[in-house]
Amino acid sequence: MVKIINLKKKFGNFVVLDGVNLEIKENSLTFIMGQSGAGKSVLLKHIVGLLKPDSGEIWFEDKNIVKLSEKELQKIRRKIGFLFQEGALFDSMTVEENVAFPLKEHLKLKKKDVEKKVEELLSAVNLLDARKKYPSELSGGMKKRAALARTLALNPKVVLFDEPTTGLDPILQHTILELIADLKEKYNLTCIIISHDLPLALKFADEIAFLYQGKIIETGPPEEILKSSHPFIKRFVETALINDKGGEL
Amino acid sequence: MIAALGRGFIALLRDSGGIFIFFIKAFLNTFTRPVRFRLFLKHIEFIGVKSWLVVSLTALFSGMVTAYQVSHALIKFGGQSVLGGVVALTLTREVGPVLTAIVVVARAGSAITAEIASMKITEQIDALRIMAVNPIQYLITPRLWAAVVALPLLTAMADFIGIAGGYVVATFILGIDPGILFSRMKEMVELMDVLSGIFKSMFFGIFIISVCTYKGFTTTGGAEGVGRATTQAVVISSVGVLIADYILTTLFF
Ligand SMILES: Nc1ncnc2c1ncn2[C@@H]1O[C@H](COP(=O)(O)OP(=O)(O)O)[C@@H](O)[C@H]1O
Ligand SMILES: [Mg+2]
Repeated sequence: MVKIINLKKKFGNFVVLDGVNLEIKENSLTFIMGQSGAGKSVLLKHIVGLLKPDSGEIWFEDKNIVKLSEKELQKIRRKIGFLFQEGALFDSMTVEENVAFPLKEHLKLKKKDVEKKVEELLSAVNLLDARKKYPSELSGGMKKRAALARTLALNPKVVLFDEPTTGLDPILQHTILELIADLKEKYNLTCIIISHDLPLALKFADEIAFLYQGKIIETGPPEEILKSSHPFIKRFVETALINDKGGEL
Repeated sequence: MIAALGRGFIALLRDSGGIFIFFIKAFLNTFTRPVRFRLFLKHIEFIGVKSWLVVSLTALFSGMVTAYQVSHALIKFGGQSVLGGVVALTLTREVGPVLTAIVVVARAGSAITAEIASMKITEQIDALRIMAVNPIQYLITPRLWAAVVALPLLTAMADFIGIAGGYVVATFILGIDPGILFSRMKEMVELMDVLSGIFKSMFFGIFIISVCTYKGFTTTGGAEGVGRATTQAVVISSVGVLIADYILTTLFF
């Protein structure tokens, strides 16, 4: 579905991505993990063409999106959803206007059909009560759910989530990920999730990829990650599981 | 003051290439679909609502003050009858367009920069891109055309109110005969004078919007970034308006 080959990116002299190789399988839920500042957001932004790499390839279906012009990218982007870390809701619009926005921009729907679709999306993320509110009136979790509804409006095939659970309380983290897993089944999505929460990843991921020092140092299903011999992952796993008071994993 | 002007001028030079390219992009997006007529109207309203009161007040007092000052000069040479014409010429050719532009920068331009800058730093502009919406076409182009319409309208209003202010001072306070005032004014002021002011104001509108939206669109660095962008946008556009006014006046009008 998505294949990244030897992707490199520097900001000035500062190397962020130093030859990333990663393949995302269709209909999978892949977690990309790594420390804060490791370049996870930068990697994700490359996949939708918000950033251009210095070198390397990113294949989406049969196209190398690195080579595409902004106009050609627009076509691809309609198939990709992107959930920003802070939601990036339009703060001049209410929740329902936010969700209706991509529908109005791209589909020639009747007003009634837009309303119906917005209602369906908002009930899928359990946010119908807040439809008339502005983003500034929402809590962090509500913002993420509203943004999720907007992201799903155009029926994307692939959805990228930049830290969907960071800053939420543990119960809400689970709720959001259960929601994502449900929506994935319901709409047949391929999901790429950035997180540094290992217990969550172990519970929900089909695949986990570790980004470290500009490279993907390990990928595989959760069981394999736990057995990894890479020193960084070992340390990451140990600290994460000791800190996790629920600790039965 | 001088230092601020100098800094504004240097910033203007440094950013002029970027601003110009940005303007060209916004302009070319006029011809791409969908046409955003509603946003265009909304932004005219925004610029108008933000600016009309301050424009009216400043125009009124400028007209009155100009009438006073000019009458002082004219008393020495006799010929107070040309007062109306002189006031009208100053207003329509210079004071109206420049003053309106400066007020629009302070009231609407700064608000526009702040709004777009905050959209930039909270990734709302990237969100537009992700949703396959061209952010320049959506955010900038409608504002550009709104300014091209709103500034001449505000300028015409300023001209009218300023002349009315001058008229009140001339007739009620200085006691000049209104009939003579108007007949001399008609002789002295040609359509071209009024139009040159209106053309100037269109140009100012394009310039102000290009600067203010460019500064917002290229903001980096969090909440301080928004403040910095807004200050710079205001300084660059007001200094730019004054310089452009001088150049336009000497070259064309
Ligand atoms: N547009 C940019 N310009 C310069 N540096 C950047 C930019 N975006 C990200 N960086 C830097 O790249 C590094 C990785 O950032 P990021 O991908 O956001 O980390 P994270 O893994 O926490 O998401 C950070 O050091 C950040 O400062
Ligand atoms: Mg990040």
